[in-house]
Formats: sequence, structure tokens, C-alpha cells
Amino acid sequence: MKKWIALGVMASIGMAASVGLADESATLTVEGQTIKTKHEAGDENPLGTVYSGWTFRSTETQVLQMDDFENPGFVMVEYGQELWETAEGSSGKSCASCHGDASESMKGLRAVMPKWHEEKDTLMTLEDHINWSRQEHQGAEPWKWESQEMLAMTAFIGLQSRGMPMNVSIDGKNAEWFEKGKDLYYTRVGQLDLACANCHEDNYGNMIRADHLSQGMINGFPVYRLKWSGMGSIHRRFSGCMKQVRGTPYKRGSDEFTALELYLAWRGNGLGVETPSVRN
Amino acid sequence: MIRYAALAVVSLGLLGGAATAGTLAPDAVKIEDGKIAASLTGKPGDPVEGRKWFADRKLGNCLACHQNADLSEQQFHGEVGPTLDGVADRWTPEELRAIVVNSKAALYEGTIMPAFYRTSGLNRVADNFAGKTILSAQQVEDVVAYLMTLKEE
Ligand code: HEC
Ligand code: HEC
Repeated sequence: MKKWIALGVMASIGMAASVGLADESATLTVEGQTIKTKHEAGDENPLGTVYSGWTFRSTETQVLQMDDFENPGFVMVEYGQELWETAEGSSGKSCASCHGDASESMKGLRAVMPKWHEEKDTLMTLEDHINWSRQEHQGAEPWKWESQEMLAMTAFIGLQSRGMPMNVSIDGKNAEWFEKGKDLYYTRVGQLDLACANCHEDNYGNMIRADHLSQGMINGFPVYRLKWSGMGSIHRRFSGCMKQVRGTPYKRGSDEFTALELYLAWRGNGLGVETPSVRN
Repeated sequence: MIRYAALAVVSLGLLGGAATAGTLAPDAVKIEDGKIAASLTGKPGDPVEGRKWFADRKLGNCLACHQNADLSEQQFHGEVGPTLDGVADRWTPEELRAIVVNSKAALYEGTIMPAFYRTSGLNRVADNFAGKTILSAQQVEDVVAYLMTLKEE
């Protein structure tokens, strides 16, 4: 990150103190479990050292995520658990009827998403997998991408992988999607003509007006955002970042956002899953 | 593009993008040796107005990326670009005009700084901003006049 800003200037202007990488040393511990927020990825990753978005948040926001009773995302996790056990669709079955205890059957899933779906022969996100199973097995209607049901279910399933390292594959058929995602990541868009990389690779750790830029990682999604007063999906965040630069976002669930999700998940390989994380 | 620009004039007279008499349209502006020699509107800029456009989040939003001690009453100054304190000592008005109009042509292609008076060569611009510039020609002149007040020497 650029370090050409004279500290003297900052002090003399009397700007609001940026939390900076002082928090780099803070440890994320939830329910006695330490979650990895920093990973030495080495040369193959353009970032070298990878940080979770949690690292860059204010202490108040960080603390909210460290206690499941304080974490506002848990309302949705509970709703997800309820849905897990609710019979629906023409099968008259619940998720639990087929998958049993989610803490066993769903463990590790968030960490490897998005992943290839053999039967559909395409790359699928967690949302896609959920809707596929609803239609195929449960005989139920698919949920809308940003519906409370989908957010609750992705939060509940994601939680079952909490603390596990992100570990998506970019081999085999994923490789082509990976390249597409990478392309999108470095493509400038919008009236402000900025690429994801301009903010999250070139400037993480720097303030952009009142926001402290992170590396734009997705290991904590779906996330509870204080600004949204609610949960949001990975693709909602992508959409928000594209609108912010006055661009036309791709649609949630589009091939473009799925490819971008794979690319971002890979950039964060090695970071612990934090779902449901809390951000401002 | 042209159609959008025309609409902009009718509905939002303030927003840039359209040429009025004596004003250079974005595509007609020439940057040579990192400079734009003359005012885009043929009129001088107003530094007092320029200070407003500079800070306005919907217009220049220059503070998103730059620190500027002259605006210390504004709370958050970004760290993405260099501080603009003393910028008038380092650049001429002709150079500053070029940097604000299109930093990619004035500084270097890969710079992060947006072009504030440019409508072509952009990708997936949101419909409500298509064909429009971020600042109007006169606003560019005002910002340049304001930047010329940022002296340290
Ligand atoms: C103009 C700067 C800018 C650009 C360009 C930008 N973002 Fe962001 N992004 C932000 C800011 C500010 C935040 C909130 C603070 C943070 O986490 O960095 C954010 C947050 C995020 C987050 C949430 C991180 C977390 O831990 O919660 C993700 C994911 C993200 N961005 C992805 C992207 C992607 C993908 C693109 C390109 C399509 C992109 N961003 C483009 C400024 C930007
Ligand atoms: C998204 C970030 C961003 C925004 C917004 C932005 N700039 Fe910049 N600006 C930069 C960066 C980065 C540089 C340094 C060139 C580089 O290294 O790419 C720069 C360089 C400059 C320079 C040259 C400074 C020097 O001393 O070398 C001037 C003058 C300038 N900007 C003025 C402005 C003005 C005026 C505005 C608003 C109308 C503005 N900038 C908005 C990022 C930005």
C-alpha cells in the first residue's frame, strides 16, 4: 500500500485518526475459537499477505463479531436453522430430512464455494446450490437471491464452516472462470473509471474519505452490515462497489459475478471463514 | 451519448457534458505536453466556487483521495492520492487544468485519479451518468482557480 503520505500532514490537519494497520495485531476470537485473519499467501497471490476485512474495521465493529449474542447476524442464523427444519415443497421434506445435522453435513462447504456442479456442468455459488437442491430434491420454489430466506440459509450453512480456512479450487473447469473473474477484477468501470484492484489491491489500508479500505475479501459473507441494518450477499456488495464508481453492476447470480466471486474467494484462500461477519 | 448529453442540459442544467456557446465539449479538449493552454469556457474560474466543488461529495469529491489542509473543517480526508497542500507551487494552471480534465492523459495512463471532464473511453457507465462529465467545464475552471490558491512558498 502507498505510504507516501507524510504523517506530519495528517497530524497537522487533525484528521479523524484512521485505525490503520494498528489492528493488524488484534486477534479474532469467537466462542473460544481463534479465526485466522492474516495469511502469508506467498508469491502466487498478488497480495502476498492476505488480511480479512475484519482487520480494517473499528474496534467497536470488531467486538460485535466476537460475541455471538452481540452479533446482529445471529438473528438470521436462527431463522436459517428454523428453515433448515421446516418441511416444504412437493416432497414434504425439510433440508434436515435429507441432510440431517447441518454441523456435520454442511461443514466445510462455505470454504470451497463457489464450486463446480457436475450435474449442471457449471460453476455454482452457495446460493445456486441451495436453490438447485430446493427445486431438485425438495420440490420447492427457488428463493430470490437477496431474500431473507436465502440470506438466512447461507448464513446458517456458512456458520458450519466458521474458522475453517478458505480453500477454493481454481483447477480443471474452474480455471476458465477464474481467468474471467480476474479480468473483471482489473477492469475499470463507471464514470469514475476504477477497477476493484485500484481500491482493494493498490490502496488497502488507506482511507478513502471516511472509509478504511480493506482488501475486499469475502470470507465473512453473508455479512451483517450496520449501514444496511441487515444482511447482504457477496453479490450485493459487488453491486454496491460498482454503483459507487457510477457503473452499471452485473446482476446478482450472473456469470460475471460468479466468476468474480471465485476469483475473490481464491485471493482469500487461507483466511478463516467468519460467517456471519459484522461490518460497518 | 449525444442524446443523453442533450437531456442533461434540459433537465439538470448544472451537470456538465454538453457544450454551450464558447465552451469546449469534452472530446474537443486537447492535452498537449500535459497542459491545456486556455480556459475551457473562455472565462476565468472562481476560486470560492471551486473550493465548494472540490469538497462536494457529488461533484469533485477530491477529499475522497486527497488531503488538503485548507479544508481542515471537513472531517475526512482520503489517503489515496498525494496531499494537495502547496500544489500551486508545483504545477502551472495549464497543467492543473489538464490533470483535472483527464489525469490519464496529463499524468500517466494507469493513474487511479478519475477524469473529471471526459465522456468517452469509459466502460459500463451507469445510465444516469452516461454521456455526462463529473464536473462541468466551468466547474473545472473554478477548481483550477481554487487549486492555484494552495500555496506554501
Ligand atoms: C472506489 C473504491 C472501491 C472500488 C473501485 C471497489 N470497492 Fe469494494 N469496497 C470499497 C469500500 C470503501 C468498502 C468498505 C470498506 C472495505 O471493506 O474496504 C468496500 C468493501 C468491499 C467488500 C467487503 C469486504 C468485507 O470484508 O466486508 C468486498 C467483498 C468488495 N468491496 C469487493 C469489491 C469488488 C469485487 C470490486 C469491483 C467490482 C470493488 N470492491 C470495487 C471501495 C471500493
Ligand atoms: C479516486 C482517487 C482520486 C480522486 C477522487 C481525485 N484524485 Fe487527484 N490524484 C489521485 C492520485 C492517486 C494522484 C497521484 C497520481 C498517481 O500516482 O496516480 C493524484 C494527483 C493529483 C494531482 C497532482 C498532485 C501532485 O502534487 O502531484 C492534482 C493536482 C490532483 N490530483 C487534483 C485533484 C482534484 C482537484 C480532484 C477533484 C476534482 C482530485 N484530484 C480527485 C487520486 C484522486
